[in-house]
Amino acid sequence: MWKLYVAALPANGWNWIAVWRRNYLAWKKVALASILGNLADPLIYLFGLGAGLGMMVGRVDGVSYIAFLSAGMVATSAMTASTFETIYATFARMRAQRTWEAILHTQVTIGDIVLGELAWAATKASLAGTGIGVVAATLGYTEWVSLLYALPVIALTGLAFASLAMIVTALAPSYEYFIFYQTLVITPMLFLSGAVFPVNQLPGAFQHVTRILPLAHSIDVIRPIMLGSPLVHVGLHIGALCCYAVVPFFLSTALLRRRLMP
Amino acid sequence: MAQEAPRWLEPSPFEWKDQTGLAVKTAIPGAKPTVAIDVASVTKSYGDKPVINGLSFTVAAGECFGLLGPNGAGKSTITRMILGMTTPGTGEITVLGVPVPSRARLARMRIGVVPQFDNLDLEFTVRENLLVFGRYFRMSTREIEAVIPSLLEFARLENKADARVSDLSGGMKRRLTLARALINDPQLLILDEPTTGLDPHARHLIWERLRSLLARGKTILLTTHIMEEAERLCDRLCVLEAGHKIAEGRPHMLIDEKIGCQVIEIYGGDPHELSALVSPHARHIEVSGETVFCYASDPEQVRVQLDGRAGVRFLQRPPNLEDVFLRLTGRELKD
Repeated sequence: MWKLYVAALPANGWNWIAVWRRNYLAWKKVALASILGNLADPLIYLFGLGAGLGMMVGRVDGVSYIAFLSAGMVATSAMTASTFETIYATFARMRAQRTWEAILHTQVTIGDIVLGELAWAATKASLAGTGIGVVAATLGYTEWVSLLYALPVIALTGLAFASLAMIVTALAPSYEYFIFYQTLVITPMLFLSGAVFPVNQLPGAFQHVTRILPLAHSIDVIRPIMLGSPLVHVGLHIGALCCYAVVPFFLSTALLRRRLMP
Repeated sequence: MAQEAPRWLEPSPFEWKDQTGLAVKTAIPGAKPTVAIDVASVTKSYGDKPVINGLSFTVAAGECFGLLGPNGAGKSTITRMILGMTTPGTGEITVLGVPVPSRARLARMRIGVVPQFDNLDLEFTVRENLLVFGRYFRMSTREIEAVIPSLLEFARLENKADARVSDLSGGMKRRLTLARALINDPQLLILDEPTTGLDPHARHLIWERLRSLLARGKTILLTTHIMEEAERLCDRLCVLEAGHKIAEGRPHMLIDEKIGCQVIEIYGGDPHELSALVSPHARHIEVSGETVFCYASDPEQVRVQLDGRAGVRFLQRPPNLEDVFLRLTGRELKD
């Protein structure tokens, strides 16, 4: 069994690129619609909440509410873009479209496919997060150079959430099960991670939960970068995001091997 | 079809570059193994349900070997095992000199697969499908572009290079899948029911293409439940039923050995009455639905018995693989 698991791991450091390039080619054909689709939702949140609530809330942590919210929305859009890519689009490639079946008949392994899919989801997350960031920078809520510094963190956030979602994809019998992950994990995470309001507004017990959430770690790095405030515990936050990216990768590869190669 | 000693194509450098450090069964460096696939005492169960039961067979390099059987006989399972996609419960599988599934990836570098269900990228063009697939074998864009014209010519899709796959007919999609399976210049092709669901014209075109591959020295493992396909293409075949091998051999030898006489199909009357009527002149009789299959030792006498009986129709013909299967299992080999 162990030997078979090892054989399912990535064969080398570059096989995944072929999988990434396949997805990129497919995406290029629908790029405009995809970008607009990924940006629309967080932008509606940003202007809807930012303009509406911003009037009532005034300033948060010394900045305007919309500037506070924009940093949260950058991380959130990376989270949702990469989660949705991994649960819906990846699941379709695995099942209905039989894309993975074709790939597995070549010298590419399951681990290579998973790595390629994660990298692709992280790419889409980076585009979505950067898109919101560009809007924020254009409106003067952040500096352009800060956005550049935030980019690697946005990509890492995408990778971590893709990796987590890959476990769900590996276990889900059908599309219907993804709604549980959305409503029970992703949506609560938005409110518990300080994306729309500061974490210190939460009851004490919830604040403990926040400390382990990947979105909170992401926001704790992206927001100070974008707002120009001091970064604290940056090693801890990046380390946590790396764990969320790496550990589920190995777990989902093992689960998918069991599922696809009985 | 009779097959001469295999004439191997020269391996491309790409094909062999991953061979270093690999224990190849032959002693002579660069020599090709003469056994392409060796399946030895393989058993597989899903839960309590056995799907493959002590199956052994060997496919020689350069031959076309058929796995024949009704749906559910285990054809696709054994195909998946040979590709390393399913792990045998017990037994050993060696493919192109490599133990499978432990080193299946090395074997797959030199295998081309045509799966039972099309898994082309529908939103891509014909050319893009080949380009994307070549990359999975670590070919550069330049290397792939260099082989695309010959693959399109092989698949008779020269004019369709920039057509979207979703706009192709079923036969064209199958030919593209076959062309895609050749992108890595494989030694071994594994075809899982390659012509199921195609119209006769499309089917004949695929058969003709497969024969040209055999002439180029490729080894083919073919699963099918189409008798004509097996008779036309396979040098040898193995008949499976419920995970067991129930016969193995050259198609015509199997037909001679198991049937060896003319067959008269009789219908249009009470099958039991008809079989009693002709049985003195038959070696063996099978009744399937309303049809009586009379394996006639003396066809003349059978015809004499039947002539003039109102409503009874009959057809005398040479025996075929369908009869072999019916004889072996008492059932028709239809899906």
